[in-house]
Amino acid sequence: MKAIRNLLDKLRPTFSEGGKLSKLHSTFDAFETFLFVPNTVTRKGAHIRDCNDIKRVMIVVVVALLPALLFGMYNVGLQHFRAVGDAVAAASVWSCFWFGFLRMLPMIVVSYVVGLGIEFAAAQIRGHEVNEGFLVSGLLIPMIMPIDVPLWMVAVATAFAVIIGKEVFGGTGMNIFNPALLARAFVFFAYTPYISGEDVWTAGLLAGEGIDGYSGATPLTQLSENVHETLAHADVQSWFLGTIPGSIGETSTVAILIGAVILLWTGVASWRTMLSVFVGGYLMGLLFNLIGANEYMTMPAWYHLILGGFAFGAVFMATDPVTSAQTNVGKCIVGFLIGALAVMIRVVNPGYPEGMMLAILFMNALAPLVDHYVVQANINRRNKRLKLAK
Amino acid sequence: MNSKNMKYLFGPLNKNNPVIVQILGICSALAVTAQLKPAFVMAMSVTVVTAFSNLIMSALRKGIPDRIRIIVQLVVIAALVILVDQVLKAYVYDVSKQLSVYVGLIITNCIIMGRVEAFALGNKPWPSFLDGIGNGLGYGMILIVVAFFRELLGNGTLWGVSVIPASWYIQNGGFYANNGLMLLPPMALILVGLIIWIHRSRNKDLIEK
Repeated sequence: MKAIRNLLDKLRPTFSEGGKLSKLHSTFDAFETFLFVPNTVTRKGAHIRDCNDIKRVMIVVVVALLPALLFGMYNVGLQHFRAVGDAVAAASVWSCFWFGFLRMLPMIVVSYVVGLGIEFAAAQIRGHEVNEGFLVSGLLIPMIMPIDVPLWMVAVATAFAVIIGKEVFGGTGMNIFNPALLARAFVFFAYTPYISGEDVWTAGLLAGEGIDGYSGATPLTQLSENVHETLAHADVQSWFLGTIPGSIGETSTVAILIGAVILLWTGVASWRTMLSVFVGGYLMGLLFNLIGANEYMTMPAWYHLILGGFAFGAVFMATDPVTSAQTNVGKCIVGFLIGALAVMIRVVNPGYPEGMMLAILFMNALAPLVDHYVVQANINRRNKRLKLAK
Repeated sequence: MNSKNMKYLFGPLNKNNPVIVQILGICSALAVTAQLKPAFVMAMSVTVVTAFSNLIMSALRKGIPDRIRIIVQLVVIAALVILVDQVLKAYVYDVSKQLSVYVGLIITNCIIMGRVEAFALGNKPWPSFLDGIGNGLGYGMILIVVAFFRELLGNGTLWGVSVIPASWYIQNGGFYANNGLMLLPPMALILVGLIIWIHRSRNKDLIEK
């Protein structure tokens, strides 16, 4: 620790004003604050003493993502070995995990290198501090992709999300849409065959390595194609544990719930948003049960909550403090509508087996509007009270 | 040609561009730019209509009572658009099919009405004609740039000819795939936005406060 501190202190004059590399000072600042708690002190105005800055908050989210990430790696291997019919390897936790780790590592590296590269370049050009929001987005992007998506698509999508989704709006904290979901939406609309269908969710199926008759369809795809058969053989336990095909990080509801506990315990994510997404999805499921027009609608409502990206979106995406609503009432409304819309898209729209991504992006766009009316309602209420008092 | 006329002709190509500075004619810029060929034909049609509607309205400007000028403008523009439509149907039928309603909708293109109202009614025929050509070309330029990228990245073709080697595609053992988002209108809007971004950063006086 001491050695790093000394090294940084020795390098500081080179990067400070007048030094040789003074143009790169925001890069230097970024590394310094990444390694140590910044020593700047707020001097003016009311402020709360707290050692947490954005970097520390982001690290908590990364820690909360770890269970889902590690399980995702294991599941990648598990699905692959099942698909190629290698029962011995599928039974070994370590070989599954190692396979998944090796497949996943390049995606994480690509996402971080491209995203952070653009963030650093943008900060240098504008003379801003480097923002740390991408620490989380960079990990989320590979976690919501299918394992077999080509790496250059990850790179293009990340670049699109960071430039169009974030930098043009003014960088971290100013974006309208969740950058990680924007990256996924980009791949979804631009390279549809590589992020939908039956073969992309299991490593090796696109290359034709699977044994004859093996289907890599996710439960949601199966539901959208053949409800009766799927519900008759519903394996709720593995849906909940997450040993099913799907995007890398989204399958295991258990691992996501561990992350949710970490986020709620540290107070990083809003419990209002999280809870209301689940409530919204569940109530929408119950509503469909009441209508019961087809077999999909009669599916037990809580199945929706453990399938697909619902839990992952509710815990890690909908709670994004930048793109979600800012007021407490607004958070409840936005969360509720995300859950309800996601389930509605799943059941009603035959084109999209999963609706969580579109629901969250749509509500990201509406969140400022919801906030506006919540604030306005509060002003009106207080005006009325003022009038009565007169 | 004196410097004033030069300004009328070439101004709309850069600092006074109808699409990226005045933000006019966006609707058709999104609709017809999925491929280069229809975009080019559309650009030519709009140029012809703006040029001649400007010329005719400028020639008529002293004889038209102010109150009914919009109706007269519409009659002139509509007549020109019908002419263009007939020519397209006669000589480039397939493109005319592709453009479908957007040829007829040239009538409602804000650039044409805008130039007639703002320029032709107050200027002599020759400068008005040049202004019409300039604005048509300024509009067409953006259309062609957007269409170039959309067709190249979305379809792998240019003017209908494949330019990306077939062996690059994943289906043939390569690594490349076409970007389907490019073919959707939202991406055209983003491309226009990027062009505006580049243009503004080169012309700082255009940046709004």
